[in-house]
Amino acid sequence: MRKTILAAVIAAVAGGAAVPVLADPPFDAKDPKYAPYIAGEKRSGYTFAEPETRAMQDDDFSNPGFLWVEEGKKMWSKVDGKAGKACKDCHGDAEKSMKGVGTVYPRFDPHANALLTLEQKINQCRTERMEAQPLKFDSKPYNAIATFVKHQSFGMPFAVQTDGPVAPYFDMGRRLYYERRGMSDVACKHCHEDYWGMHMRTELLSQGMPNGFPQYRLKWQTLGTAQKRIRGCFEEVRAEPYPVDSLENTVLELYATWRANGLRVESPAVRK
Amino acid sequence: MQTSITRLALAAVLAVALAGLAEAAPRKKAPERGYFDVSRMAPLTDQKGDPANGRKVAATKGLCVSCHVMPIPEQPDHGDVGPDLAGVGSRMQPPELRMRIVDPKVLYADTIMPSFYKSDLNRVKKGLEGKPFLTAQEVEDVVAYLATLK
Repeated sequence: MRKTILAAVIAAVAGGAAVPVLADPPFDAKDPKYAPYIAGEKRSGYTFAEPETRAMQDDDFSNPGFLWVEEGKKMWSKVDGKAGKACKDCHGDAEKSMKGVGTVYPRFDPHANALLTLEQKINQCRTERMEAQPLKFDSKPYNAIATFVKHQSFGMPFAVQTDGPVAPYFDMGRRLYYERRGMSDVACKHCHEDYWGMHMRTELLSQGMPNGFPQYRLKWQTLGTAQKRIRGCFEEVRAEPYPVDSLENTVLELYATWRANGLRVESPAVRK
Repeated sequence: MQTSITRLALAAVLAVALAGLAEAAPRKKAPERGYFDVSRMAPLTDQKGDPANGRKVAATKGLCVSCHVMPIPEQPDHGDVGPDLAGVGSRMQPPELRMRIVDPKVLYADTIMPSFYKSDLNRVKKGLEGKPFLTAQEVEDVVAYLATLK
């Protein structure tokens, strides 16, 4: 709405152009204040967000994502499961032990002999070490513990691996990233590689960098993971989403996260 | 004059000879529908396109304004992913417009533009499988509308 009004004002000033001009949020790659949100040509979704959304993310008290961080912090030292353990009992102080962990997932897990997202790794720990129930996808505790763990890497650059045992997953992720799907018959790359910076209606297309997940989305009015967002993208192009934690959704998360290598962890980010 | 008649005669002889050869050669598969295939150029329906409805479809169901600036001022926030369509009726003939709406990948393999009248798409959302984005008549209406943009 704000944008529409602004655009109308600009159009009026410009002398009544037939079609209103969209006003993009401010961004200047040379301005040092944006340095934490760029890496070479890569731009965090932060730089595509409206100033109000950025301000909400910047202030820990106004950022709704911190409700999940706080909840996750409580879970960290709470005993759960038949083994009578809390995360803390094995991992100690999360600020030390989890620092940097959020920058390397999705990651190949030799124990599971599979590629795991951070959320899948947490559930593996719960079922196998704590002998607790796995947390249900997109539930409050599922999102909370993942956000808390990821937040311990805040400000650190992503560095997911793509070689060795990850190579076949990475190749599959790339293939899916470039595969057309849905009634709109587009691939991820069409919006996020070819046309970022352009507009679909009021939507300013971003580079699709997932460095803020789990993140609070104003559209959702809640926080969610990359797995959830990828499925949302499928819905938007009228494609049938792959199931949560399916191989397809996980390798897509891997490929998208690899694209963000070098950008910094912003979890919990705030986006529109 | 003399040479052009000779040339024509020669061309005719060659054409007959080639046609004979083509007939003799075993045909392995049906040729793919290419750019110049008339079936891509022909209207999809017998009913003539309705420009007024085409304008409506462009602004609503067809989502054309999501990516193109169009002379539809009552709709705010036109996208700029595709080219501005003002005057497109002067630049292209209806068959050219139709081809770009039905399946633009015939011309631009890597385009972001959807194919609006293609039903064999990949991984379409359950319940929408096999259905094209627009009906044949809606495509004809949009073509008729775009042809008026001169």
